[in-house]
Amino acid sequence: MKNIDFLMAGVGGQGTILASNILAEVGLQLGYDVKKAEVHGMAQRGGQVDSHIRWGDKVYSPLVEENNADYLIGFEMLEAARFPHFLKENSLALVNDYRINPPLVNLGKATYPSKKEIETLILERAGKVLWIEGTGIAKNLGNPAMVGVVMLGALSTLIGGDKEAWLDVVGRMVPQKFVELNKEAFNAGCAVTV
Amino acid sequence: MKKLMTGNEAFAYGAYLHGVRFAAAYPGTPSSEILSNYARYPGVFAEWSPNEKVALDAAIGAAYAGTRAMSSMKHVGMNVAADSLFYAVYTGLKAGLVIVCADDPNMHSSQNEQDNRNYAKFAKCPMLEPSDNEEAKQFVGTALDISEQYDTPVIVRSVTRLSHSSTPVEVTDQEPPPPPEEPPVYERDAQKFVMVPANARRRHPVVEERLKQLAEFAESTPINYIEPGDSKLGIVSAGICYHYAREVFPDATFLKLGMVYPLPEKLIHKFAEQVEKIIVVEELDPFLEERLKLMGIEVQGKDIFPMIGEFSPSLVRSCAVQAGLIEAPEAPPEIKSNLERPIRPPMLCPGCGHRALFHVLRENGVLVTGDIGCYTLAFAPPLNAMHTTGCMGASIGVAHGINKAGVKDDVAAVLGDSTFLHSGIHPVIDVLYNQGSTTTIISDNNATAMTGFQEHPGTGKTVQDMETKVVDPEKLVRGIGYEKVDICDPYDIDKMEKILQDHLKSEEPSVIIARHPCVLSTREKHTPPEVDPEICINCGVCLDIGCSPLVQEEDHVRIDTLLCNGCGLCVKVCPQEAIIEK
Repeated sequence: MKNIDFLMAGVGGQGTILASNILAEVGLQLGYDVKKAEVHGMAQRGGQVDSHIRWGDKVYSPLVEENNADYLIGFEMLEAARFPHFLKENSLALVNDYRINPPLVNLGKATYPSKKEIETLILERAGKVLWIEGTGIAKNLGNPAMVGVVMLGALSTLIGGDKEAWLDVVGRMVPQKFVELNKEAFNAGCAVTV
Repeated sequence: MKKLMTGNEAFAYGAYLHGVRFAAAYPGTPSSEILSNYARYPGVFAEWSPNEKVALDAAIGAAYAGTRAMSSMKHVGMNVAADSLFYAVYTGLKAGLVIVCADDPNMHSSQNEQDNRNYAKFAKCPMLEPSDNEEAKQFVGTALDISEQYDTPVIVRSVTRLSHSSTPVEVTDQEPPPPPEEPPVYERDAQKFVMVPANARRRHPVVEERLKQLAEFAESTPINYIEPGDSKLGIVSAGICYHYAREVFPDATFLKLGMVYPLPEKLIHKFAEQVEKIIVVEELDPFLEERLKLMGIEVQGKDIFPMIGEFSPSLVRSCAVQAGLIEAPEAPPEIKSNLERPIRPPMLCPGCGHRALFHVLRENGVLVTGDIGCYTLAFAPPLNAMHTTGCMGASIGVAHGINKAGVKDDVAAVLGDSTFLHSGIHPVIDVLYNQGSTTTIISDNNATAMTGFQEHPGTGKTVQDMETKVVDPEKLVRGIGYEKVDICDPYDIDKMEKILQDHLKSEEPSVIIARHPCVLSTREKHTPPEVDPEICINCGVCLDIGCSPLVQEEDHVRIDTLLCNGCGLCVKVCPQEAIIEK
């Protein structure tokens, strides 16, 4: 089995941690050794949240090494733009087409980079940037917090693996009353890339 | 079957599996989830204690009484609990006592980067260090066995990266022991458990002899082992760093240490004879390196790897390349773009009551001595409303000292409700007793919010969701002798300001309880107000309260309704009355 390294980046409150938990669990279901690392603590206060997920035959470090990530999954454009140095050449970036201003931008003291600039930066490493209207799709389905599951749907079609295995893990890990809605969000994510 | 668990979940599971029936802690990132996970297991007693020292004393008591016990804390919590650690090493215990202690290299959520391995040597207490979460589970059991066999507390050291990483843990190989049929019987033994000088003098030689025996144990325990490899390079490592080193030096011979104090000197000499060159890969202090050097072994460590910050595979590799230990790997071209990416620091949440309090403090030019909690974020721009923060409970003593030094500034100490109950009570006594005039403000949001809304003695609930008595800070300070005590919701900024000015003017020591429950834990939310772009002159006054939904556009301010909590503070501070409540 080929090792696969993922990096997820978002803003506190976007559901990054749940999405990374799902992705790690899917790896375990698919028969990989899995490790996952993230730091939480102050993240709930709107800080950045980045999560490392590694699938492989034998995984030692829970942290992905720079120049080695296969996938960058950005829940927010600027957060995605912080991590291209982790990517290997010709890797793939999936980025939610969504912007949350950091405080300095709100105060008019810094500039939020343009989508074009962010894409150019990520393309220095990635072979492709796949823009996904994740928050838009999740909002249309009734809850913007499902953006993570939409992104995972899109990712699943690129990695492969039994779709039912993915859906099974999603069903087990999201809150009970929102299982069907989340499965819908996952399918909507799949449809983006197919 | 294997299940993904965080390090903290695995510590809790290990404690449950190995018969720990009593656990006590005070929350602190990255250790908080150890106790909250343990508390969910059947047949156990778990408590949030007011602070780490009380937690450790309680765990020691349970272990004196013959019940396996655990206390968990973050690294700086050990400073609070240290007095108890030191006496427990002298007395020993009846049943096993494990102390799980989590360091925070890189200070993801801490005020310093202390390496608590030093406590093992300082207190003469054995220490284990797991490298993944299967080991986290198992080492709790090993620690309890050592504790009972050698009659000593045992520290299990974690770090943020282990506590908060998920790795597979075997969940079906063991069952917890059945609950005891009879209640434990306390065996009275004053010579062992009363540390007056005469008894303590008899115990110190026991401690020294025990360390020698533990060093012998370290030689034979399977958690210290040599992994054969190329004899050109030998790596000594422990904990999470072992995994980084494994990735960077896949062919080297390894000495993997599961027990970092005391060290297995014979095993280390044997390892040294097998390899041509020895490198120690350890975060923070040169704890292993110094010991090896004292043993007369030639090693390198901190001349290759930094003493500051957290390690990662990338960092270990780049240091190893620089030192000529390995060839540089093929890497893609360096990224050329220098696109400016504004930082995203954590901020007080929309709707947070602390914000209104600090707005008032800033508007009145108060010198604020602060404390540890969400509200520490008020130091940052644009609020700029806190001027010192050191450790839990420091705010009041520091304010008292500044007042006694005689500065002209108005000074107030600000700390949260949980922090007040942790270590704010003795300093308010100090102010009163020594005729100080300090104004102490308890910013009471009825939660230990920063670490994840844990219950505390003021909330009326225990960690196991039992209803309990509420410790009311107002009654407490009045009981101590404070006569000038006021309570105010900080969102009533006019009243808040009046009370503040009155207290600051007064020569009497006083307490203000600024009370607004944490909106995240109560889920309080109101309709967002609207900015009338015709009236808004874009002066930026509202932006100075540092609330993330307020966005400056070209000619007016806009409110992001998705993020806004509808607290209405911006409505109150707008000098143009351009923000309208809905």
